[in-house]
Amino acid sequence: MRKGSTVLPSTERTRSRRAPQRPGDRVFSGLSTGAGVLILVVLAGVAAFLVAEAWPALIAPADEVPGPDGIVLYIWPLLFGTLLAAFLALLIAAPLAVAIALFITHYAPRRIAQALGYIIDLLAAIPSIIYGLWGIQVLAPLTVEPAGWLEENLGFIPLFAGPASTTGRTMLVAALVLAVMILPIVSAVVREAFRQTPRLHEEASLALGATRWEMIRMAVLPFGRSSIIGASMLGLGRALGETMAVAIVLSVSGGVTFNLISSGNPGTIAANIALEFPESTGIAVNTLIASGLVLFAVTLLVNMAARAVINRRREFSGAN
Amino acid sequence: MKRTTLGRALALPAAAALTFGLVACGAANESGGGDNSGNGGGSGLSGTISGAGASSQDAAQQAWRAGFLEQNPDVTVNYDPIGSGGGREQFISGGSDFGGTDAYLDEEELPKAQERCGQVVEIPAYVSPIAVIFNVEGVDSLNLKPGTIAKIFNQKITKWNDPAIAADNPGAQLPDTAITPVNRSDESGTTENFVEYLKAAAPQDWPHEVSGDWPVKGGEAAQGTSGVVQAVSSGNGTIGYADASQAKDLSTVKVGVGGEFVQYSPEAAAKILEVSERVEGRGEYSFAFDLARDTTESGTYPIVLVSYELACANYSDANKAELVKAYFNYIISEEGQQASADSAGSAPISDALRQQIKPAVDAISAS
Amino acid sequence: MPVTTSSERGPDLHTPLSGVPLTHGQLPRYAAQFTLLAAIAAGIALTLAGWNPAASAIIAGAGYVVVIYAWSRTVEGPRKARDRLVTAVVTGAFLLALLPLVSVIVTVVGNGIARFDVEFFTYSMRGVVGEGGGAYHAIMGTLVVTGLAALISVPIGILTAIYLVEYGRGRLAKAITFFVDVMTGIPSIVAGLFAYALFALVFGPGVRMGIMGAIALSVLMIPVVVRSAEEMLKLVPNELREAAYALAVPKWRTIVKVVLPTALAGIATGVTLAIARVIGETAPLLITLGITSSVNLNPVDGRMATLPVYAYYQYVTPGVPPEPALERAWTAALTLIIIVMALNLIARLISRLFAPKTRG
Repeated sequence: MRKGSTVLPSTERTRSRRAPQRPGDRVFSGLSTGAGVLILVVLAGVAAFLVAEAWPALIAPADEVPGPDGIVLYIWPLLFGTLLAAFLALLIAAPLAVAIALFITHYAPRRIAQALGYIIDLLAAIPSIIYGLWGIQVLAPLTVEPAGWLEENLGFIPLFAGPASTTGRTMLVAALVLAVMILPIVSAVVREAFRQTPRLHEEASLALGATRWEMIRMAVLPFGRSSIIGASMLGLGRALGETMAVAIVLSVSGGVTFNLISSGNPGTIAANIALEFPESTGIAVNTLIASGLVLFAVTLLVNMAARAVINRRREFSGAN
Repeated sequence: MKRTTLGRALALPAAAALTFGLVACGAANESGGGDNSGNGGGSGLSGTISGAGASSQDAAQQAWRAGFLEQNPDVTVNYDPIGSGGGREQFISGGSDFGGTDAYLDEEELPKAQERCGQVVEIPAYVSPIAVIFNVEGVDSLNLKPGTIAKIFNQKITKWNDPAIAADNPGAQLPDTAITPVNRSDESGTTENFVEYLKAAAPQDWPHEVSGDWPVKGGEAAQGTSGVVQAVSSGNGTIGYADASQAKDLSTVKVGVGGEFVQYSPEAAAKILEVSERVEGRGEYSFAFDLARDTTESGTYPIVLVSYELACANYSDANKAELVKAYFNYIISEEGQQASADSAGSAPISDALRQQIKPAVDAISAS
Repeated sequence: MPVTTSSERGPDLHTPLSGVPLTHGQLPRYAAQFTLLAAIAAGIALTLAGWNPAASAIIAGAGYVVVIYAWSRTVEGPRKARDRLVTAVVTGAFLLALLPLVSVIVTVVGNGIARFDVEFFTYSMRGVVGEGGGAYHAIMGTLVVTGLAALISVPIGILTAIYLVEYGRGRLAKAITFFVDVMTGIPSIVAGLFAYALFALVFGPGVRMGIMGAIALSVLMIPVVVRSAEEMLKLVPNELREAAYALAVPKWRTIVKVVLPTALAGIATGVTLAIARVIGETAPLLITLGITSSVNLNPVDGRMATLPVYAYYQYVTPGVPPEPALERAWTAALTLIIIVMALNLIARLISRLFAPKTRG
């Protein structure tokens, strides 16, 4: 009896200490949970659609699938090309994006910085087909001469083995176009994160006599690190799935090669779907969708890796 | 500060709606909208029909549509250039009212289409020569035999001054440049027809199977006709194949037929349908041709793309049937063929062929 | 704290102060500008001497970096020198990155300006062959479809982000975070196929509707909205939330009145980016909307033209001669950029008007 009476008030106290559940709260949390669940449902729908449509191609005998050697050897060069183009693009774009974001938030004069940020945002909106047209009309011809030089002088590196393409429609150009495409989107996200760096941190390190670079290295970069990774993944996702620009720019003629400057390049999954889909029927369509499923899985893996990295850096985000 | 989130959430849609409201007053060239009024222009036909299919004939469809609308201002005709495969699929499944395809319906598709339509109306209305284009410094004209073309595209001949090329072009100054063959990277009717030609005219030099996909690895590949033209004109020592109408200023190859070399021309291209045989047993309204690519008939240009129009002999909707019939009649008319020749560079079909296919179009009706 | 993570170059506390000079050498005030001018002059001289302009620009840039670093290092010491080096490298990288972007803009404007006339904005392509014609129908279609997509994705996206940051604990939140990431990787054409398959189930094959396109675009847009809104909400300092709770403000009011306004500018940028991401999508609209040459403003009835698809088809299947069609394609692209510019401007205006000042 006595024991019970000591326990009871304590549970009552804990209950009353918790914020009261108001109807507004309940509605709001319900709404936001619903939105999250809806996303899961949509994604499940997409996945179900992909698997259902890809299934006939996965179980079909090798000789019915387009390409001479069955579905695995059909998709593998495409997967290779996709990864090569996307990672090259990210390799080029990520450091530049961070530099742009740093320049706008910490180096450029304030008034100019806003205008610059604005211009970069706009570039994210240029449709991919335009990047494709720009790539083939402006960029590709410019690379013909340097590619020839690379072949002559650095030809011993497999990347530049040549023979150099005479039209410039190479893997290198495709990666450059992709890099230019993802640059605005990556730098915009990183910029917003840098801008949110607590001013106190910055001022504290400056007050301790740090130079601007030391301040950035000690206060800004650690704070924005998870955003840099997140933004890079966003960019990588876009590069992996980019369709029209690659379809227009890249000269595809099969084969797995690291050679970046010849005209015989592996294709990419998304571009291949766009190129082949209109004229395909029957099992060929299923095969294309199966390749889409592979792309989907790759993105999944990339994101898992990124998540793992970000989670390790959790302590820098403000909400935790 | 107060209504911030609301304002934020509504801002963009509101902005869009605002812009939309400001300018939503109709296009200047569309008087009163297509499908609601019948102001008695032309034939008094009205309504909408939609087709889908080969992108090769899109430019021609645009011309036909425009000419047809002039006569029938209350009709809307849509054409989705989604590709031949998609076009056939949609036509069979009833997704489109008429179809366009670079290859006639195959044995599997034909019965399914007949299930939808009763008889299938299948007419070759778009005949387009495929030019073999090249860009070699100092060479303006080139004669090539089918076997040589096949070897070049199969990468067996790799230099422009190869003896095989020199033999066809006595006296020409051929440079010691590498040949870069350019092909289509997308699956296309143009590729299929070109490969079909190589297979038929030079079987021993072209070991690959016929399909819409380019079979040879390692060449330069470009998207679409415009991509091939772009690639050929921007490189040196390049050679490719493209719809003749888009070949622009590029030099084109004179192709060996029999003992002579034929430059492409609309007449020479249209002639191939006369020397080819109609495929039998497909119903009286189906005009499918197996093209005689290996013809030796003088003055015939053998590399052509023939694109078909698909329709049903029997529609369930009387108005649709009227519209499709009127539209197809316009397409095969002299005027329609001239319109597509002017703006798509196709070869007008001959009068004899027109007389042949006219009954098929007239047979379109509603049950 | 991140500030303390790297102290390897901090002042050595054991050395007596008398050993450290209290003053520091400093470069003259205009040292950087002067060196830069010299580098530019050298670059121009190299170009005039017959070098490739690109190569001379690279040499001039590298020269500037080396000179300013060496000079600063001898006069100001390694820390200052490193600072100047990074400044030069960051600025250089920025200019380098700007180069292709400017080139793209110049190409689009240069090619698009030819047909940027009244006819382009008031005419559709109905009955037009060859020259003339416009993109009125496509502009309207793009506004309707993208507007619908935004209407679907923005509320869902922001609510999901709120759930993830404010409510989400445990497995569901982890699953949603993960799958939103996965969703960013859906190739656009697959989203189009999905929307098509969904509607074909209900309406039969061959169906074409504006709303289908909007749904396909939403699939692409939602994850972008969620990701950027999530990042921005996370950056709202916890102190603000705790202060609100301490004043007994209910959680939902805290979110609506404190958290969202603080993150507003970032979310606005995110939403604008998301719209920008989808407004130029070609592949999914190709499958779901098709193309028409006439105006159609009803998103649940039949084909609609949109600017990217319009531009694509004008480019891919031009007539004879191809020039008018290609000009229309470029002008359509230019128009698309201008539309986004307008949206962007409005979003910025709103975020500036309503967002509380968080920084000076």
